[in-house]
Amino acid sequence: MVRIRGLRKRFGEKEVLCGIDMDVRPGSVMCIIGPSGSGKSTLLSCINHLERIDGGTMWVGGELVGYREQAGKLYELPERKVAGMRARIGMVFQHFNLFPHMTVLRNIIEAPIRVKRVPAAQARAKALLLLDRVGLADKAAAFPSQLSGGQQQRVAIARALAMEPQLMLFDEPTSALDPELVGEVLAVMRDLAASGMTMMVVTHELAFAREVGDDLVFMADGRVVERGSPRTLLASPREPRTREFLSRVL
Amino acid sequence: MSSGAVDPVDSDLVGPASDEAMQVIPLRHPWTWAASVLVVLVAAGVAWSVATNPAFQWPVVAQYFFDGQILAGLRRTLELTVAAMALGLVLGTALAVMRLSDNKLLSTLSWLYIWFFRSVPVLVQLIFWYNFGALYAHITLALPWGTVLYSASTNDVITPLTAALTGLGLAQAAYTAEVIRAGILSVAPGQTRAAKALGMGPVTIFIRIVFPQAMRVIIPPVGNEVISMVKGTSLVSVIAMADLLYTAQLIYARTYETIPLLIVASLWYLAIVSVLSVAQHALERHYGRGA
Repeated sequence: MVRIRGLRKRFGEKEVLCGIDMDVRPGSVMCIIGPSGSGKSTLLSCINHLERIDGGTMWVGGELVGYREQAGKLYELPERKVAGMRARIGMVFQHFNLFPHMTVLRNIIEAPIRVKRVPAAQARAKALLLLDRVGLADKAAAFPSQLSGGQQQRVAIARALAMEPQLMLFDEPTSALDPELVGEVLAVMRDLAASGMTMMVVTHELAFAREVGDDLVFMADGRVVERGSPRTLLASPREPRTREFLSRVL
Repeated sequence: MSSGAVDPVDSDLVGPASDEAMQVIPLRHPWTWAASVLVVLVAAGVAWSVATNPAFQWPVVAQYFFDGQILAGLRRTLELTVAAMALGLVLGTALAVMRLSDNKLLSTLSWLYIWFFRSVPVLVQLIFWYNFGALYAHITLALPWGTVLYSASTNDVITPLTAALTGLGLAQAAYTAEVIRAGILSVAPGQTRAAKALGMGPVTIFIRIVFPQAMRVIIPPVGNEVISMVKGTSLVSVIAMADLLYTAQLIYARTYETIPLLIVASLWYLAIVSVLSVAQHALERHYGRGA
């Protein structure tokens, strides 16, 4: 589903991704862990071209995202064309980023109606089903500011799912939540993984990675330091860098 | 606690003997009340003095309040305000978007426009447009190889009305652009990222996500701008347009009833600004949803 080769990204002088190779199989869940500043979130932003890349290639569902290949070079596409490609990739942010001036329902149906031209009634019916799935059927008319962080993040997941994405990117989805609200969001993500969604999850929740993840990647300083099955990697890390990180967070 | 300290005695920690819930009295402000009474008395005194002083010539105020000439001036003031403000808002929004664009050409052009039209006094701009015919006798729109699409004598195109609208509207656009730019910048970048991630294009993101949220920041200063425009339109008297204030001046130049006519104009300005303030409040409530 996702195939990344030699991905490079710089912010000014600082290289934040130094040649990343990664493969995510359809229907699998890849969790990415690592210290802050290791490039995990930037990697996700590159996948749906919220950030430009400075080198390497990246396919999602067999298609290049944000670029067109011609004679061995990648040409960046105009924003209008990139938008269509992004519609197939859902993204959930650390700070939810719900649209505060719209009701929960409007947040969910806005993109299907404006981008995919889904008829309003159909989008609405779909949105109510999704809200039911994330356990918020009674919050359709509420504004985001009236919800708890956990509820907002569940709405954000429903909003991304409304576009029927092939791939879901989660950028530290529980890092901004109060501890007692983390569980409800992880439960929704667990259900989603069980339903066969392909997911890439940047997280600090090692228990979630162990239980739900099919693959685990440990990143540091813009490089993949170690990868493997979550159980093996968490139980017996080979690299000293990984061991050091795990000893600090466990 | 150091070893030498004596254990605190129970009575130091426990308050009065009673366990009953006590009534809570909010802090009282007796002086505010006293001052309010004083202010009302003074205001009543001033009002009485103004109402009974014959020098204010209230009968003259009443006589001219609905006078045909005054109402025509009022109408002109309202027309100019609405039209110039509309031009200012549309052009100002375009300038704000250009200024924030990644495109260096567009942002530089916008910067230059704002710099120029904010620097030159509006009075000068009005006189310039009014006398445009003296600089260019004909306005011609032609293709490079000479086909003339449109041509007219400048004096036919630039009437006092078009000169006033151009002068006020173009200058207003420069100020409005900065207000709108501030509004757009006030919207959290995460909003645009989330909208992009959902596959929305730049135009949809601006219209549906960024602009409605920017409005909350834009409306109060634009309300200010509209109110200054209501009174700023009186500048057009320099190009012989009779707005509300200039009409009042024309009348008192003839009758010498200066104060009553200025009162007539001021009462109308008060009325207009009152209506605008109510409208602003309603708009703020509309765009404040969800906050």
